[in-house]
Amino acid sequence: MDNLLSITTFIPAVAAAILALFLRGDDAAAQLNAKRVALFATIATFVVSLFILAGFDPTDTGFQFVEEKPWLSGLQYKMGVDGISVLFVMLTTFLMPLVIWSAWDVNRRVKEYMIAFLLLETLMLGVFMALDLVLFYLFFEAGLIPMFLIIGIWGGKDRIYASFKFFLYTFLGSVLMLVAMVSMFAQAGTTDIPTLLTFQFPHDSFSVLGFTVVGGVQTLLWLAFFASFAVKMPMWPVHTWLPDAHVQAPTAGSVVLAAILLKMGGYGFLRFSLPMFPVGSAVMGDLVLWMSAIAIVYTSLVALVQEDMKKLIAYSSVAHMGYVTMGIFAVNQQGIDGAIFQMLSHGFISGALFLCVGVIYDRMHTRDIDAYGGLVNRMPAYALIFMFFTMANVGLPGTSGFIGEFLTLMGIFQVNTWVAAVATSGVILSAAYALWLYRRVVMGELIKESLKSITDMTRREKMIFAPLVVMTLLLGVYPALVTDIIGPSVGALVQHYHASVPAEFSAVVAAASH
Amino acid sequence: MISADIQIVLPEILIAVYAMLALIGAVYTSKDEAAPFLTWLTAGIFVVVAGWIGYNGVGTQTAFSGAYVEDGYGRFAKVVILLSAAAVLAMSQDYMSRRGLLRFEYPLLVALSVVGMMVMVSAGDLMALYMGLELQSLALYVVASLRRDSVKSTEAGLKYFVLGALSSGILLYGASLTYGFAGTTLFSGIMDAASGGVSLGLLFGLVFLMAGFAFKISAAPFHMWAPDVYEGAPTPVTAFFATAPKMAAMALFARVVFDAFGGIVDQWQQIVAFLAVVSMFLGAIAAIGQTNIKRLMAYSSIAHMGFALMGLAAGSLYGVQAMLIYMAIYVTMNVGTFALILGMEKDGRPVVEIGALKMYSKREPLRALAILVMMFSLAGVPPMLGFFAKFNVLRAAYDAGLVWLAVAGVIASVIGAFYYLRIVYFMYFGDEEDGLDGKMTPALWFAAMVTSAVVALAWLPGVNLFGLEAVAANAAQTLVN
Repeated sequence: MDNLLSITTFIPAVAAAILALFLRGDDAAAQLNAKRVALFATIATFVVSLFILAGFDPTDTGFQFVEEKPWLSGLQYKMGVDGISVLFVMLTTFLMPLVIWSAWDVNRRVKEYMIAFLLLETLMLGVFMALDLVLFYLFFEAGLIPMFLIIGIWGGKDRIYASFKFFLYTFLGSVLMLVAMVSMFAQAGTTDIPTLLTFQFPHDSFSVLGFTVVGGVQTLLWLAFFASFAVKMPMWPVHTWLPDAHVQAPTAGSVVLAAILLKMGGYGFLRFSLPMFPVGSAVMGDLVLWMSAIAIVYTSLVALVQEDMKKLIAYSSVAHMGYVTMGIFAVNQQGIDGAIFQMLSHGFISGALFLCVGVIYDRMHTRDIDAYGGLVNRMPAYALIFMFFTMANVGLPGTSGFIGEFLTLMGIFQVNTWVAAVATSGVILSAAYALWLYRRVVMGELIKESLKSITDMTRREKMIFAPLVVMTLLLGVYPALVTDIIGPSVGALVQHYHASVPAEFSAVVAAASH
Repeated sequence: MISADIQIVLPEILIAVYAMLALIGAVYTSKDEAAPFLTWLTAGIFVVVAGWIGYNGVGTQTAFSGAYVEDGYGRFAKVVILLSAAAVLAMSQDYMSRRGLLRFEYPLLVALSVVGMMVMVSAGDLMALYMGLELQSLALYVVASLRRDSVKSTEAGLKYFVLGALSSGILLYGASLTYGFAGTTLFSGIMDAASGGVSLGLLFGLVFLMAGFAFKISAAPFHMWAPDVYEGAPTPVTAFFATAPKMAAMALFARVVFDAFGGIVDQWQQIVAFLAVVSMFLGAIAAIGQTNIKRLMAYSSIAHMGFALMGLAAGSLYGVQAMLIYMAIYVTMNVGTFALILGMEKDGRPVVEIGALKMYSKREPLRALAILVMMFSLAGVPPMLGFFAKFNVLRAAYDAGLVWLAVAGVIASVIGAFYYLRIVYFMYFGDEEDGLDGKMTPALWFAAMVTSAVVALAWLPGVNLFGLEAVAANAAQTLVN
């Protein structure tokens, strides 16, 4: 199996093609068939991806399962995974069957819905596996198309505004990255990511129109990539597309968006910004740290006053992504370990939280917090699960949320104590908004007339949550499952970074941080 | 000697003779009844000639003392022109027959304009250039006003003629200045004259020539005719305007600036870069307010010409290659898009309002999907081919040091993405339907589906654009040396 990665990537696309070509009709039977094919394909993808995990050697910090074919204009079709990307692949394949299953009650244009998600899975997997700049860009950008359609066709009331904002915002961010990629191609003569990882881009300062660009070309390239990944992540202040997109997207779309699509930004920082532009990262690192700290505090405060449940969770996602960027740009073993851990854990937790919102939205067709209250009286199982994930979101020890936050804070403390102090206050704020949300929705007397007949979760819904609960707990009590796999690759990345930043630039950073 | 020359221009002579014989034959026999047959016959001849040129041509030959150049570059352009013209003819037959527009002159005028284009792209002399250009333009003026009883169509024809004549005048003025200061109309002679330093007069000649070409490819700020002509002409004719003549004029543009002014790249580079950046932004911004899909496609083509010019502005071998790839992909996308536009009908009448596409995906899922593919491709979103076209010109511009142009280009493409998305929005996001009920003829359906499948899938490793890049590279090699 020397093309295991391509097989994993393209199983969903093949299933989508089969659905598109062979499934006819829009009656209940056809809809069920579409769902079954999609579920089967995503489960098959997960099973195949288990072979990747099983065959992966964590001690090898290079790329594994590499496959390579000639492609257009001197580019390569090259795939491979290393310790940083393999778990993102697993996260995607693990979550997609749950996403499909959670959409079992959709009854409008089901075939197209399933095709969109299957194509999206292929594109997301491609992003994490691509080892060619342009191939990466292709998967990265193409993912916008199915997501644009998912929000636009199956979304809520203001879906059109949200879908256009989502597309144009992220498109604008990425095209600058495209120019940077063209520039890298011109300078290094290759788009091969493993080669570029060891290529030294020039970092001599020069001045443009009187401005001195410290770090030279590297800083400019870094900024272009940053424009793309910061929007995708999303970082404050370019996060405004996310609440809109989340609120309007259908439940399954929100889950994919929060759990997987946002991770592409963090993955991009780890794959490109840090190792390829170490000087650029050193020059701009402090800015990112402070932006992250502001994001954590600011978006947590914004989350406090939200009246829409999805919007609240969306803002909480932005805050949690703040920990990720902070951990990444601390550039030490704990920080980056923590960032990757936080991304994986956030994938499970935020996915589950959006599913929780979906459960009651399906019953009441509103996401207003005010429309709920006292759900515990009629939905005990729901109250329990929602409680669990609320706690995980807050970062309660024993859940995976704690490990991620703790590791990133530990990483940042060694680099910049002020940022660490500000960011730590976010832990308290997250407890405030999450617990308050929980109190308003679940606790208290059930006095609202409309809620009197609400039913608890069905068996299907409970079963969807079960794997998420297991993963959140498992990673919470035994984080070595993740850190053993990512550790060596992260270690190599950190070492490479510190070796390739000249003393004068690390001095700049050190001076600024104390 | 003369027989060797004729040997070289045999394809053009054959099509020209065919057009004239068919014209006489049809006049004296069945007139318009023969039109459908002639349409298909002309399309067939185009395909055969394209195959002949594509497979048989080798090396570079010149005829008529250098006035006509037969090389790989010209062959590339000719094959694209012939194939797209054939596709457009095949697509237009049913549409025009049903509306009583299909006169026997139509395919023959198209054939004559194609001859003009073939002469244009092979011109090695200002005289040959002008003759080809005028033959092409005159045929197009007539075709634009084919629908004699429609005010809009005649207006389109008249506008096109007046503005076209103006631009021809400008071009001719440029040619005469060039001749005056270089002492020859032969491109190679102009090259020699320019190599020892450019005189002001020659520079003026160059600028006027370029203004004329910019008009023909509808690059801003010489684009004003395009939206009106696109809107007024019958849709199949619009499809023709958007494809073959654009390729021909762009190929001619590159031919002149490289063959005649290749030694003074720095003199024309700024002009081309200016045309490129203005076209990209004007096309992107002005299209936003359009409600007529043909006008929208006109602005879209203005923007696309801007991108193709970006490749040319690089002034390098790779730039020409990127431009050729861009034009080939552009033509493919436009053939497909216009096939789908031709399929938009309500109660047998053509519909061109974008709003009529409301919930098209409900009624015609496959066609809506094809339009979606085309729109994302025109917007330059990967993995569609439009992205690879843009990627190549961006690379060319960057390599030539035009970083600002590359950045401006990608920003314009984001602005432009908005109106392409708007069409997707109409087709997919609405609630109520607007019943477009047109059926597509097999030719139309085939053209639409094949092009959209190619546009969506040709990037796959193993397909690799069907080797287009290597062909374009060889073609560019013969132009730039």
